[in-house]
Amino acid sequence: MIQTVKLYKYFLIIMIFDLIMLIVNPLTGKQLFHFTYFNFAEMLKVLPPIFILLGLLDVWVPREKIIRYLGEKSGAGGIALSIFLGAAAAGPLYAAFPVASVMAQKGARYGNILVFLGAWSTLKIPMFLFEMSSLGVRFALTRWLINIPGIILMAFIIERILDEKDKAPIYHSAAKS
Amino acid sequence: MFTMLLYIGSAVFLIFSYFKDRKKTKLALKKALTAFLNILPDFAAVLALVAVLLTFVSPEVITRVLGEQAGAAGLFLASVVGSITLIPGFVAFPLAATLLQRGAGLATIAVFISTLMMVGVVTFPLEKKFFGFKEALWRNSLSYVWAFFVALAISVVMA
Repeated sequence: MIQTVKLYKYFLIIMIFDLIMLIVNPLTGKQLFHFTYFNFAEMLKVLPPIFILLGLLDVWVPREKIIRYLGEKSGAGGIALSIFLGAAAAGPLYAAFPVASVMAQKGARYGNILVFLGAWSTLKIPMFLFEMSSLGVRFALTRWLINIPGIILMAFIIERILDEKDKAPIYHSAAKS
Repeated sequence: MFTMLLYIGSAVFLIFSYFKDRKKTKLALKKALTAFLNILPDFAAVLALVAVLLTFVSPEVITRVLGEQAGAAGLFLASVVGSITLIPGFVAFPLAATLLQRGAGLATIAVFISTLMMVGVVTFPLEKKFFGFKEALWRNSLSYVWAFFVALAISVVMA
């Protein structure tokens, strides 16, 4: 019980704040609870398939395969695959972190993991379609295309700048199961 | 629609996996659940925090703030708002379209959308937990700067 409270302390602090707001300013408080509920509903809608795929990836795809297709020597193919995997995703960026962690533990190259993260953040196909309908084909397509070299460039800058110690966390990260 | 595809996809894989190896499939589901439960406290905090942000930095507030400021000030403001907020796409894009109608510049919209998607101040602690402080700092900083290049590209192409 105490451990659960400890684990959820940040969440609980925010919920207490929300409750106080509900008393002080019911209108704002209701809004807070409405958005909290809405966010959780949205999350629970997209996360189950992502985590199931993550589990399947973990047990079925052998380390050698990941090393071959996404590892140190995977080259341009590895980059392309990382972009594809990220763009085919759905859900918020933070949902990509546990997936990145499994990729890392199976031997994916650091730069490729960052490319994957970048693609997930900004190249997601469903978002792209939505952006086209809201802001026009030209706007969405320009942004999408310019982001591909941008993501790769940033990934390799970061891969260069960080030393092994800086890169270590994702290879032994929190989502280890 | 896309979420549906994701569900169908994972269901197909799951069924396939089940027929190939029941034990492995069970293990996969166990791993999925463990990974989810491990991350849930952090996700819960992020989601609750995002709700606070959505309440106080509502689309109306953003429209008012970004609609009034033009030029460099507007661009900078858009980058700050985009970096600290975490708005789902189906709210963000219509919001951006409204901003455009209200007279915000295309560069401003591009910076806003880019930082919104790539820079995460709220999720920084979570990113730090997975990737470490250095990665989180560099990825977010570079993405922030990059947003202005995207804005430049959009301005050139759309001019």
